[in-house]
Amino acid sequence: MATEFEIRGLKSSIEGKEILKGIDLNIKGGEVHAIMGPNGTGKSTLASALMGHPKYEVTDGTVTLNGEDVLEMAVDERARAGLFLAMQYPSEITGVTNADFLRSAINARREEGNEISLIKFIRQMEKKMKELEMNPEFMHRYLNEGFSGGEKKRNEILQMMLLEPKLVILDEIDSGLDIDALRIVAEGVNAMRAEDRGFLIITHYQRLLNYITPDHVHVMMQGRIVKSGGPELAQRLEAEGYDWVKEELGIVDETVGQA
Amino acid sequence: MAKQMPDLEEYKYGFRDEHKAIFQSGKGLTEEIVRTISEMKGEPEWMLKFRLKSLEQFRKMEMPKWGGNMDDLDFEEIQYYVKPSEKQGKTWEEVPEEIKATFDKLGIPEAEQKFLAGVSAQYESEVVYHSMQEELTKQGVIFSDTDSAIREYPEIFKEYFGTVIPPADNKFAALNSAVWSGGSFIYVPKGVQCTVPLQAYFRINSENMGQFERTLIIADEGSSVHYVEGCTAPVYSTNSLHSAVVEIIVKKDARVRYTTIQNWAPNIYNLVTKRAVAEENATMEWVDGNIGSKLTMKYPAVVLKGRGAKGMVLSIAVAGKGQHQDAGAKMIHLAPDTSSTIVSKSISKHGGKVTYRGLASFGRNAEGAKANIKCDTLIMDDQSTSDTIPYNEIMNDNITLEHEATVSKVSEDQLFYLMSRGLSDAEATQMIVMGFIEPFTKELPMEYAVEMNRLIKMEMEGSIG
Repeated sequence: MATEFEIRGLKSSIEGKEILKGIDLNIKGGEVHAIMGPNGTGKSTLASALMGHPKYEVTDGTVTLNGEDVLEMAVDERARAGLFLAMQYPSEITGVTNADFLRSAINARREEGNEISLIKFIRQMEKKMKELEMNPEFMHRYLNEGFSGGEKKRNEILQMMLLEPKLVILDEIDSGLDIDALRIVAEGVNAMRAEDRGFLIITHYQRLLNYITPDHVHVMMQGRIVKSGGPELAQRLEAEGYDWVKEELGIVDETVGQA
Repeated sequence: MAKQMPDLEEYKYGFRDEHKAIFQSGKGLTEEIVRTISEMKGEPEWMLKFRLKSLEQFRKMEMPKWGGNMDDLDFEEIQYYVKPSEKQGKTWEEVPEEIKATFDKLGIPEAEQKFLAGVSAQYESEVVYHSMQEELTKQGVIFSDTDSAIREYPEIFKEYFGTVIPPADNKFAALNSAVWSGGSFIYVPKGVQCTVPLQAYFRINSENMGQFERTLIIADEGSSVHYVEGCTAPVYSTNSLHSAVVEIIVKKDARVRYTTIQNWAPNIYNLVTKRAVAEENATMEWVDGNIGSKLTMKYPAVVLKGRGAKGMVLSIAVAGKGQHQDAGAKMIHLAPDTSSTIVSKSISKHGGKVTYRGLASFGRNAEGAKANIKCDTLIMDDQSTSDTIPYNEIMNDNITLEHEATVSKVSEDQLFYLMSRGLSDAEATQMIVMGFIEPFTKELPMEYAVEMNRLIKMEMEGSIG
């Protein structure tokens, strides 16, 4: 089935304060959507709310993945339904190796008795790590512990590649990456582009979009998508900043803080 | 994802068998009982005197005013000696049927076949089964129960017995010295390396039973041995007492590792004194896992007596509902260039309480000694608590002491991260807990690590609501 991810009127609050004020978005398999916007406009909240972080309370709206109600699902059920969030600040888990963690995550998607064989898993993981130019020792390092910012981001992409999700959300995957790492991460994402997989790329800067060409670009301000367009919109934002959007829409403060 | 997990807080070794002992002392502690124990064992006169003196000592000493709550530990309600069978088996066939069935359920004969060089199985007060690989016997290694050792190796026994932990050391050491029975005696001759572990298994079956095993290990110069013990007991409504004394002598350049997995039922008072003396360049390692019991008070110690001696204590303690683990370590640096490491990992959940209590002591001669202490606690919920109580005694200016303590909770972000990759709440929690105790489990022989992980998974199931 072709992937179809629908967000309708999504509102979300953190500690009683409303951050998302009604988001509508439709992502089909094969499409790459980019959400851009200045800091504090609700971009990362959208990512976390979609994945189901307990801090973010959804107060209104619907989210469906191939017709299934995502908001009804627990975090792990969302993951197993095909949602993946590459996080801006991945947690560190001491004592758990990257390989053990990833194998458990893969097996969580498989029936009991049908777990992936160790050899097959190791081969897959080695192959993907090579593509991401990761040092093989990261396989046996504790999950994200002592990883640099760039290493953590690559590790997020590695997980995406091995878990093969239907809908990928990349939350500021480009932050903290030098230009080489940015290229490698982008190549990883591009290699994963497929007919049955949709992408939602949240970014602050346009530079990532030089490597991953989006089909749709959305600008987020004050907890809403205020403008949508094609790749050319991203280029204009890069060249001219966000002020013209604010002016056009009569927005003085784009953040959701004092709204 | 239909992974079935065992029931919450299930204690899987809680079964009991109907075995009838051939002798039971009855409840309460009297001089007569002490004499009876000694007589039934056919002990030499000096041991009877030692016992009687220890009984006197026990009566003189006050209960400790620190540590856990022992209000409902009634010494008159405990049965001090239960003899389960007439003789000790050299094969499992010689062990009485019900008792063999119990050890079968605990997986001991199977483990013996797979990966152990020697096995001792103690049931109530006596060792009922004992065996060791011929190869080790040929090399002069002695592995026997402690009672037999008095008779068969009287000289070496008398030379070391009670030298590391004298009866007056503490009230429970005095009690053990008066009524001790069973335990392991190991002697490894000079230069002999035991590459495969020796194991003892201690099982309490009767209600109100007191188990007082006494273990003595001597590793002669340049030798090495790894000794492993496991303990379980049935769940009864009233309390039982496990009060062991373990003495270890690690001679010059020798190495001893003592691994314990104590998984007592939640109504056992587990009050144990464990101490080793490490001579020049010797290494003593305690790997100590405490799951279960009502109250555990246990502080494995190493007296670093010779230059360059090394001590290590690596421990985990898990306290659940109604349980208190008051555990830690003692490192006593008496010689130059000695070094010690303590790594303590504690987990409290469902209102359990963990206390780390440790001593790092440096005598006048401990020039250049080093100690490194790391205590980490993971608290699973708001009802559970932890304390860290370190004591330091420093008589020499030229030493290094590092102490690091952390207390953490399973964080919402960590759980979210793991769950966002498809792991269930329970799997994610387990993974975090396993990671937390990984420094401990990685030191266990593989079969034990697997069992340990399984036990912890069982303990953790349902910890996060």
